[in-house]
Amino acid sequence: LAERANLAGVRHILLVLSGKGGVGKSTLSTELALALRSAGKRVGILDVDLCGPSIPRMLRVQDSAVHQCDSGWVPVPVGQDQAIALMSIGFLLERPDDAVVWRGPKKNALIKQFVTDVAWGDLDFLIVDTPPGTSDEHISTVEALRPYQLLGAVLVTTPQ
Amino acid sequence: SSSSGDEALRDKRARILSRGLPKQKPIEGVKQVVVVASGKGGVGKSTTAVNIALALAANDSTKEVGLLDADIYGPSIPKMMNLKGNPELTPKNLMRPLKNYGIACMSMGFLIEETAPVVWRGLMVMSAVEKLLRQVDWGKLDYLVIDMPPGTGDVQLSVSQNIPIAGAVIVSTPQDVALLDAHKGAEMFRKVHVPVLGLVQNMSVFQCPKCKHETHIFGADGVRDLAKTLGLDILGDVPLHVNIRETCDLGQPVVISQPQSDA
Repeated sequence: LAERANLAGVRHILLVLSGKGGVGKSTLSTELALALRSAGKRVGILDVDLCGPSIPRMLRVQDSAVHQCDSGWVPVPVGQDQAIALMSIGFLLERPDDAVVWRGPKKNALIKQFVTDVAWGDLDFLIVDTPPGTSDEHISTVEALRPYQLLGAVLVTTPQ
Repeated sequence: SSSSGDEALRDKRARILSRGLPKQKPIEGVKQVVVVASGKGGVGKSTTAVNIALALAANDSTKEVGLLDADIYGPSIPKMMNLKGNPELTPKNLMRPLKNYGIACMSMGFLIEETAPVVWRGLMVMSAVEKLLRQVDWGKLDYLVIDMPPGTGDVQLSVSQNIPIAGAVIVSTPQDVALLDAHKGAEMFRKVHVPVLGLVQNMSVFQCPKCKHETHIFGADGVRDLAKTLGLDILGDVPLHVNIRETCDLGQPVVISQPQSDA
């Protein structure tokens, strides 16, 4: 029951994918979250790019730390009014330059934790930024989110 | 004597810990392996790998060069080298690499349909990489250039643990966000004891074709600063030029089609 609780207050979940790297997924996820926030929505961002977490830096919170509460991790508040909730592996590294060189099973375990053990609270939108490719992170994310309201996916690409 | 005792203990521990890991074995016939990686996606690894392979062959026509596309999820080499089709099998059941411009190429792209996604977990990816390394009839190669996928995960680990690598070239754009990932890439190679030959600064500057005004779209000199921090050399500085992208999309990489250009 505790597993459902953390995402139970999230109304819509949106994945941002691409397949190709470097096309602007993280940039778009961030801008989309900020735009939705300006429209008055309650927004959260989940950065499941474990090898290259860019979002903390884009929102200038790369030096923040995550705290724990009864229901799990507390996402870091970002944005002008500190009203967007962000979770990323970037906050769990000792130094921002530390490399995360993990194989699939370890990545899967962390992604499951990001989905079930983060106290998101009540959100209108949760935007999930993914890494390039179609691999472990993507399979695990979709599997972990299956019981919830997955709105759909936005695909980003450049014209090349 | 106590320090030699410590050393013996450390060696024993290292040996026990490495028992579960794959043994590093060179590919038969291949003299030197160079990997082109970055950590960040979309910075020009495949473009750089293709042009490096062609340049190595062009510089010394006596050298045999091979190109392996280890990007299982997004193989770009077939398109860039203008190659298509399923590889034939030799009598020994090895795949014959496809050749163009004198370079022997192998890629996941030859084994699946162009638009078919590869949605695989790490273990399957590992076994695919193993096949692309060992079950290919490379013949005698002086250099094998390996184009890595973005990230610092299964493929990078599998390649570095399976074969001895002469060196890694890390490609990045000057953008802060890209440099963060490139730094992680360099760190990863340090962890797996692969020497980093240096950094390539890609997409460094854009020159307007009309007024010739130069804009550093992704920032200026970010890669130089990172190189200084990490104590690495800058192996090259490549501008953001429409020709480089166009020629790759057409399967006629710029080193071959426009060897005299700035790009």
